[in-house]
Amino acid sequence: MTAVPVVRMRDALVAAMQEDIDDRTALELADRLAGEVAAHGARLVLLDVSAAQVVDSFISRVIVAIARVCRLLGAQVTVVGIRPAVAITLVELGLSLDGVRTALTIDDALTALGNGASGDG
Amino acid sequence: MATVDPPETVPLDGSDDVIRARHRVRDRAAALGFDLVAQTKLVTATSELARNTHLHGGGGELTITEVEDAGRRGLRLEFTDTGPGIADVELALTDGWTSSGGLGLGLSGTRRLVDRFVRSHPQRRPEQLRVD
Repeated sequence: MTAVPVVRMRDALVAAMQEDIDDRTALELADRLAGEVAAHGARLVLLDVSAAQVVDSFISRVIVAIARVCRLLGAQVTVVGIRPAVAITLVELGLSLDGVRTALTIDDALTALGNGASGDG
Repeated sequence: MATVDPPETVPLDGSDDVIRARHRVRDRAAALGFDLVAQTKLVTATSELARNTHLHGGGGELTITEVEDAGRRGLRLEFTDTGPGIADVELALTDGWTSSGGLGLGLSGTRRLVDRFVRSHPQRRPEQLRVD
């Protein structure tokens, strides 16, 4: 599977997960994001999952790991665009991306961050 | 519960097969008119069990069968692996239990996503897990 594209926008990195991400591609994204945050001094990471039709226990574990690692590197991660059906499924699975900031759209994410909000993500 | 169609088999020997299994289950669930939430739950359950089959069960296969029960149409998914079996299935189905350093929500969480979750042949190893 092709790697997840990561775009740099000022001090933010935007990564858009594809519809059907496999485990290896997700792990590779986690490593690459950590490297890019450190290399560019990014302060924000927006992880767009609006295309993802499935977020299972493995992918959600990778997302939580990305948020923790990036926080240690000085960047805040916001997961953007979780689909309603995916949110319902995650809660039933017993997973709720605890400690990870979320937003419906990239616009909402930037607005929330622009308001001086400082999260635990 | 009556079966309707001849079953379809998807091999589960690599991570690409996990993706293929998700696609097949989504297509079959959509064809049966499952709503989006039901499709997503079933495809997520497929992803958990297919990964389990491939990573912990030494590979195997998924059999998809259309079933009918009291006028309701649904899908039965049978995951059969070639591994050593699950030593203590009740323990493995407990939230937080893990054999691989994960969160321990794969199997136990999957049970909550489906109507029925059956270990078809408790006496048999390798493992066969069935969800309806």
